[in-house]
Amino acid sequence: MPGGRAAAAGPDRLHMTAVSTASATPSPMRRLAAFFHRQPRAALALLLAPPLGWLLIAYLGSLAILFLNAFFRIDPFTTDIVRQPGLQNFERLATTEVYRTITLRTLGIAAAVTLTTAVLAFPVAYYMARVASRRTRGLLVVAILMPLWASYLVKVYAWRVILAEDGILNWALAPIGLKGPGFGDVATWLVFSYLWLPYMILPIYAGLERIPSSLLEASGDLGARTWTTFRRIVLPLVFPAMVAGSIFTFSLTMGDFIAPQLVSSTQFIGNVIYANVGSSGDLPFAAAFATVPVIVMIGYLLLARRLGAFEAL
Amino acid sequence: MVGSVAARIGLRLATAVVLAFIYIPLALVVLYAFNTNLVPSWPIPGLTLHWWERALANPGVRDALLSSVLAGLGATLIALALGSLAALAVHRYRFFGREAVSFLVILPIALPGIVTGIAINSAVGTLGLGLGMATVIIGHATFCVVLVYNNVIARFRRTSGSVEEASADLGADTWQTFRYVTLPAVRSAMLAGGLLAFALSFDEIIVTTFTRGDVQTLPIWIFNNYRLANQAPIVNVVAVIAIALSVIPVYLASRLSSEAASAR
Repeated sequence: MPGGRAAAAGPDRLHMTAVSTASATPSPMRRLAAFFHRQPRAALALLLAPPLGWLLIAYLGSLAILFLNAFFRIDPFTTDIVRQPGLQNFERLATTEVYRTITLRTLGIAAAVTLTTAVLAFPVAYYMARVASRRTRGLLVVAILMPLWASYLVKVYAWRVILAEDGILNWALAPIGLKGPGFGDVATWLVFSYLWLPYMILPIYAGLERIPSSLLEASGDLGARTWTTFRRIVLPLVFPAMVAGSIFTFSLTMGDFIAPQLVSSTQFIGNVIYANVGSSGDLPFAAAFATVPVIVMIGYLLLARRLGAFEAL
Repeated sequence: MVGSVAARIGLRLATAVVLAFIYIPLALVVLYAFNTNLVPSWPIPGLTLHWWERALANPGVRDALLSSVLAGLGATLIALALGSLAALAVHRYRFFGREAVSFLVILPIALPGIVTGIAINSAVGTLGLGLGMATVIIGHATFCVVLVYNNVIARFRRTSGSVEEASADLGADTWQTFRYVTLPAVRSAMLAGGLLAFALSFDEIIVTTFTRGDVQTLPIWIFNNYRLANQAPIVNVVAVIAIALSVIPVYLASRLSSEAASAR
């Protein structure tokens, strides 16, 4: 390329004169460009205005209206929203047994799913990052990435078919005298673990790939056994990546109302919110219940940031 | 570290088991789309293409497919514009609240989708507006921005800033540098992010449920029809179409990203 430049010195000089004549009578476009070059603040404001405006108005604005609604209540006779602020929705949430059970069930399953996916993801991520050949690794990344995007609803639906009374699981287990879990909390746990597994594999894989081999070799040279190296070197280094993955497994489980509806009859936070939105529902109460996952997730995100998970996202 | 043959075999086996766990349910849905039996029981008695004809002739399916494509395109275009602008601003400038901008971009995907959905639903209701395709696109665009943003900012970080300085030294103004240097460098990252945004929007159901009004996207159609016994085989066919239409853009996006990585 530098050689080509030197050879084309003639036309280049011509081009330079063209540029200098252009700057003598600058076009509006050039004047604008020059203005923004001299005024980086103005350029920054112009760049940031559309995305920030969108997220602040459409997203945070909507969230603000939602939480405002959480303090309102519904008129039992007209089902209109009465705009008199009060804490009655939160009182109802805290004192009603069934909502406490639902909250605990949701958080419990979210934690169980996070643990399960971490345990399942680790060997796969390790194999991809440190054992497989370059070619196999590329194929595996695609093989994990594709189902992450393959229709969420179809995957839940597939499990509904698998776990059904006359489904393939009971058919496969019948010869050895066993039966599948059927529909219920176990099925929900299984389906969530299935759904969010790729969200856990990919960050752990990226985290493992970033560990320099020399570190592991040094650990071995200093006499550490495989298990010691794993526990003292690999696990601490890859922990932020696991936390990054858990943001998704936790958040996605907490907001879901489709999977429980398809493979279980028990309720999750999402089911209660869903049931209360619409003409026959109680939107203020749904809004109050929606603060639970938001508060849990914001706490989780702040913790994750302190653990360095954001660099691993 | 993985020196022992036993550990290698163990890891390979675990990977194979997990891959089987991921793919068997998907394969099963594909198989059921060709099932001669009306109910999805196992084992299946035989294979047929009959349900494909029925599904493709179904006006509800065709309308739902069209709505999904429309919502996906609208959300992708908005996400492309907003995500690229945010990435350019965060990469190029140092300013107060820079961290907050990246946090705000991630937030719609880090918080449960049901929160975004019910927030837009309650805002629209409170402001006395109506739900429909516009609110679906607004909801989808909000959580799709992060995909474009992440892809574009990753590309900016890998592209050397010296190319832009060289362009300026050679007499190009800010606009020319952007048009002939910056944009070509990030174009394929924008395309990859856009494809992912489309795939995510195409597949989305939770935010859509709360923002759709009477719009019916493909996932909503599946959700409304899976219970109806006489629709079950058609639902299987639509499921296979939905898998294909969300997986193809992702495959293309990963090809684009890996080409860009190996070209460097």
